[in-house]
Parts: sequence; structure tokens; C-alpha cells
Amino acid sequence: MKIKSTEVIDTFAEAFKMFGTRFIITAETKQWAMAAAQSVTGFATSVIGCKCEAGIEAEIPAHDSPDGRPGVSVLFFTMDADSIQNRLIERIGQCVMTCPSTACYSGLHEGNVITVGGQLRYFGDGFQISKMLKDQRLWRIPVMDGEFVVDDRFHVQEAVGGGNLLILGKNQKATLRAATAATKAMRELPDIILPFPNGVVRSGSKVGSRYKSLIASTNDAYCPTLRSVSKQTALDDDINCVLEIVIDGLSLAAVEEAMRVGLHAAAKPGIKQLSAGNYGGGLGQYQIRLLPLLEAEG
Amino acid sequence: MPLTLKLRHQPEVPLEADCICPDRMRSLSLDDVKRLAVFHGNREQQLADFFDCSGEVDGDIRVEGDLTRVKHVGATMSHGSIHVDGHIGLHTGAAMSGGEIVIEGDAGDWLGPEMLGGKITVKGNAGHMVGSGYRGSTVGMQGGEILVHGNVKNETGHCMRRGLIAVGGNAGDFTGVNMLAGTIIICGEMGIRNGAGMKRGSIISFKQTAMLPTFSLGCQYRPVFLKQYLNHLLDAGFDIDSKILDGEFQRWCGDSVELNRGEILLYAGK
Repeated sequence: MKIKSTEVIDTFAEAFKMFGTRFIITAETKQWAMAAAQSVTGFATSVIGCKCEAGIEAEIPAHDSPDGRPGVSVLFFTMDADSIQNRLIERIGQCVMTCPSTACYSGLHEGNVITVGGQLRYFGDGFQISKMLKDQRLWRIPVMDGEFVVDDRFHVQEAVGGGNLLILGKNQKATLRAATAATKAMRELPDIILPFPNGVVRSGSKVGSRYKSLIASTNDAYCPTLRSVSKQTALDDDINCVLEIVIDGLSLAAVEEAMRVGLHAAAKPGIKQLSAGNYGGGLGQYQIRLLPLLEAEG
Repeated sequence: MPLTLKLRHQPEVPLEADCICPDRMRSLSLDDVKRLAVFHGNREQQLADFFDCSGEVDGDIRVEGDLTRVKHVGATMSHGSIHVDGHIGLHTGAAMSGGEIVIEGDAGDWLGPEMLGGKITVKGNAGHMVGSGYRGSTVGMQGGEILVHGNVKNETGHCMRRGLIAVGGNAGDFTGVNMLAGTIIICGEMGIRNGAGMKRGSIISFKQTAMLPTFSLGCQYRPVFLKQYLNHLLDAGFDIDSKILDGEFQRWCGDSVELNRGEILLYAGK
């Protein structure tokens, strides 16, 4: 199948069951909320090396935020339900509580409950104050600019990680342009994040390595510099750059929709093929085939 | 059609009608409801001696008439709703743990004493001891919400431990006296000696007031948590000026004769 002049390969993205949560950071200004959001989602590109994957989902206007101030919603994902609590305590404690004027609220209202504010409160050294409004417990932790307000409990739900697109281009310039267009279109969608820098990853990995200590190594099949030496190259002669977009979402439908939108947006001049990464289908719980995504829209 | 109780004539002395409660009427027929016991003074009588009863017994009760002399309506209720079209007497919603009571008129003293949960809304004024503990009791309101759109009198939230009391108008003296925790919001003026003996908890007022000498001024700031409370009150129909939402409050800490962990927040301007 083709979108304009770009061929869409008949393959699938192999995605994994993960656990995800959403929280909302508010602050006096949009800039301070964004500063905290960028900090808390830093170094969270891949569970392989960062223990979690995270990203900014959307900006929230003041009239829609929990405390009437501008906010940013953030999504976090881990491979197991237990560790997400620790990641949130570490990161909200170090990156949100430290950021002037911020507050932090749960952005999900269903799912397994984890205690975040209820742990961070100990920073208050006994001066923290609990407030209960209907069923919501808030902690007020005294800090040097006033109080850090944080929800006692957050919610975690099953999610989908590792949805992906591979953009195979004639050169780096064209591929970057296509990747940028795709990520811009995908970021408009709810319930998903693109955890890599600006949504794009160039160092796609394969499972295993010739070095025993590594669980993943460079995906030589898609490295243009190795086309002539890699036994399993997947690149045609006129492909000189490959970029990947990884998608994590709160539901399979959200990831699929992001991939569909991404496919259309990435089909630009200079892009030879659009593909997806998988491990043969033996690792992930979900196989998201590319062609049915496009066929389904009629 | 919900169960409707229409007061036929004013009782000569206070009428204790704690049977006007969804819990007490559960699985009863309308005839059973009519035979429920009420105490007219010290004399036991039946509900139908004072009220015309009609409708279905489905957990929702509508009460019509001036019930100023009717006490204990909704006491210990745990679910359902009671809608009072006029005024209501003493001890309404005492120790209730769930459900909702809406009073279109005024409420007497001891509204929601030792309440555990649920919600009481008064469109008019309320008397003394809103959400308080009974005399001799160490704990007052322990959960739920009492929203009074008008004024209240003295000792609102006495010994309160948890929950929210919000008053759209003014409050009398000793608001939050001996308060243990929880939140009291007074949109108007408070009387004197507010927060006396409070251990923890928050008393918030939009007007300045004379503070006890056992309270100390901490700072002037914008309490972020308060926005959620005020938005909640706006949703409930309270009239709150937008300048209050973004305004600064003085934070007074006290009462230093106790734990000194309580606070009184007084609006200080935008």
C-alpha cells in the first residue's frame, strides 16, 4: 500500500502491556508548570535504561485544571504496577515539589491506587496538613514559597507501550522533516506520549547483544552504515536514514490512532518507506499491523 | 413520586420525629410509615397524627410545611435524601453518615451535630452549634459537608474533627472552638474568639476579624488548596467574588494554648 509516493510495509509494531498513570501539574504560570513537567519527564525515554517512560501529554487551560491555574498533564509508564509508585515519589519529590508555585494532582480517577502525596508528606517534618474534600485527600507540605499541594493518591491502569513507526528516508534532512511532522500531528491526540527526544529516536535497538552484559544493542538491520555488512539489513539501496517514533498510551486504541495519524503525516517527499519495529511477535502482547490501520479508515 | 410528608398543623410543643429518615422507613409500606412513632413532648403518637403521608417509600423524602418545632429529622440517616420545603427544627441530621438533606428555609440549632458523612444544605440561616459535638462529647463533626447559604450563630464546628462546614453569610462567636481538624469557611464576618482551643484544622474567612492573643501571624500568601474548596462552593451555588479566588490570605497559627497546629486564614486583598 502507498500513501502518496511512500510505501507502507505490510508489517506490525510489537507493543507491550505496561502500567500507566496520568498526573497534572499546575503552577502560577504556564511556564512554571511546563518547567516542572519537563523536569519530571526528563531521562524517561525507555524502561531499558530509565526504569520508566514518560512524556508531556497536553497543556491544560486554567479553567479546566483542578485548582484554576494553568497546568500540564503528564503520562508515566512502567513495566510493572509496583514500581510506578516509587518512580512517581522520586520524580514528583525531586522535580515538581522543588519547582516554584507548583501543585500536583492525579489525572486518573479509576484503576489501582498508589500513594504518592501520602509518602511525600513526610518532607513536611510534621508540619504537613491533610485536607479532605469529598473523597479527595490533599497534602499541604510547607515549602519556602508557601505550600506544595499534592494528591494523597494517584491511580494506575493497564496501558500499552512500544507502539512504533519507522520512517525510512532518502536522507537525514527529509527524514527529520517527516518525523517532525508526524510527531506534531500525533501530539495533538489524547492519552499518548512520545517519550524520546522531541518524540523521535534514532538508536533503535534489537534484543540481545554479542556482549553478555547487554540486553539490547543497536538495530543493525536498520543502520544505513551497516547495509553492506549486516547480514539482516532491511534497507533498500536508496535509504540512507531511519528514524523511529515510539508511542506509549493509556489504551491500545489510543496507540493505534496515534500510529495511523503518524503514518499519514510522515508520508512526505523523500520518504521511501514507512514500517514498524517488532521482535518476530514473540515478545509483545500486542501486534499492531500497519495496513489494517489504514484500511480501517475506509 | 417520592414519599411526601405534609405538616398538617403545628405541634404545640417540640415534636421529636427521628423516624423521618430513609433508614427508618426502608422496606416499610405507606401504612407502616404512617404508624411510625413520634414524640409530642413526652407523649408517643403516630407520624400520621401530624403529617399527611403520600407517595412511594423509595429512599427519597419530601417534607412540606413549617417544621420549626420538629426535631431530629434525618438523625442517623445513612442514605437517600430528605428535601425540606420550609424551615426545620433542632438536631436535623444528627450523627448522619450518608445521604443528603436539603433545607429550603432556615434550620434550628444543632444542625448536623456529630455528623459522620453525607451532606446538608441549608438555603437560609442556621442556628447555634452547627456541626458541633454534644455537650460532654470530645468530638463533633467527623465527616461530610454542611453548607449554609445564610448566617449561622455561635460555636459552629465545635470539636469538629473532619469534614467541611461552609457559611455563605456571617458567623457568631467561637467559630471552630476546640476544633480538632477539618475545614470551616465563613464567607462573611465572624464574631469573637474564633478558633479558641483549636488543635488543628482550618478556619477561613473572607473578612478580617479580631484574633485571640494566642494566635500568631505567620505570613500572607495565596493558599493553593483553597481554590479547590472555593470552586467546590461555587459549584454548590455560593456567591464568591472572583477576587477572593486569586486573593491573598493572612495565615494565623494557633491556638498556642493547645497544639498550635491550627490555622485561621483571613482574606487580605488581591
